[in-house]
Amino acid sequence: MIETPGLMPTEDLFPIFVNAMFTKNFLLIMFLGLCSYVGLTTNSETSKGMSMAVTFVMTMSAILTWPIYHYLLSPASIIGKDLTFLRTICFILIIASFVQLVEFIIRRFSPPLYKSLGIYLPLIATNCAVLGVVLMNIQEGFTYGASIIYAFAAGLGYSWVMLATAAVREKLIMRGVDLFSGFIGAFFAATMVALIVVSYFSVVKL
Amino acid sequence: MAKKSFVGEIIRGIIKDNPVFVLVLGLCPVLAVSTSFANALGMALAFTFVMLGSNIFVSLLRKQIPPGVRIPIFILIICTFVTMVDMILEAFLPPMYEALGIFVPLIVVNCIVIGRAEAYANRNPVLPSIADGIGISIGFAVALMLIGSIREILGTGGLKLVMLWSEAGKLGFYPLSSIPGFSFVPEVISFPIEPAIVMVTPPGAFLTIAALMLLFKIMSDRKRMKQLKKEGYEI
Repeated sequence: MIETPGLMPTEDLFPIFVNAMFTKNFLLIMFLGLCSYVGLTTNSETSKGMSMAVTFVMTMSAILTWPIYHYLLSPASIIGKDLTFLRTICFILIIASFVQLVEFIIRRFSPPLYKSLGIYLPLIATNCAVLGVVLMNIQEGFTYGASIIYAFAAGLGYSWVMLATAAVREKLIMRGVDLFSGFIGAFFAATMVALIVVSYFSVVKL
Repeated sequence: MAKKSFVGEIIRGIIKDNPVFVLVLGLCPVLAVSTSFANALGMALAFTFVMLGSNIFVSLLRKQIPPGVRIPIFILIICTFVTMVDMILEAFLPPMYEALGIFVPLIVVNCIVIGRAEAYANRNPVLPSIADGIGISIGFAVALMLIGSIREILGTGGLKLVMLWSEAGKLGFYPLSSIPGFSFVPEVISFPIEPAIVMVTPPGAFLTIAALMLLFKIMSDRKRMKQLKKEGYEI
């Protein structure tokens, strides 16, 4: 019999947080959400907007998808049937409709924020980092609290890598290194940042 | 519209519209599962199934899909095939299912599949769409296996050749040398180099794809220079 994980976190939250932010960073180590990464890190303003939007949508999707999976789809749910094969389709629909809703709300209540995020919001629905984080929550069997913390930390991890790479690339483009304005430069910059993370955490063990 | 040949469409998908090196779409699975040749092969097979299914169905339904809600409908069609391939892998190839992890459900949000549905299958009849699907899948598979083999050779100093095969009624990835008729192939092709472990870690993936893209860029630049010289430009 599969039991539903509880609402309050019973796990040790610090390793979850550091894992999501550094050692299992979504962009550099798990390779999720790379399309926006290579496309948007030429400019630190746009990467800031995208990071904020992604962090917000990740956290909110974790809040929405966990109850739906554990109370509707899982065999231990109130329906009592194994509907877990529907998880991918359910999650993508939830994320897409939520992104649409967020777009409406921001446009109605905060036009300046909408203006700075506007074009990136619809892109988030097909960002694999968002779907990745909700699937990881289910796969790891997190409690509700831990899943929200995990999603938020994953968003922060995404943000710092976006900003770090944007800083490297922007500076090099400004100095006239044209190579870094294209995809090739994005991958070379990613190699550098990834090497830093990997070698730091292979020396400093958590 | 001019009639396009079936084979021509396949070749265009492999070279001119190569999804990884030319269109630069759907990079996440390319980098994440290309740690070895075997994983790359498994991912390529799963991707081909989804790509063909989605292209065929989108192209069959292209007159019925209302333009305003086409993207959600594409995602639903793709999602159906992804769920199918997820369940097939879980049932018949559990080791591959473990190795690919969440990257199988993540084919849903792979930009190549949605991109081809939108740019090609939605505007073309079924037969060219199948050709496009085959071409793009082969192009994806070639890129994935190229990166996978490079990383495996540089990272471990050898290349394990595997093949999808059914042995004693059990489907799985077996070494090529154990398949009848291929016994002359060595199990591991080893290279006389010092293995660099960094190549199988995440930075190695970024480095490999950056180096390969740089190589392709230099090659295409050379080709263009030659053409310009032929046309009589001074460079």
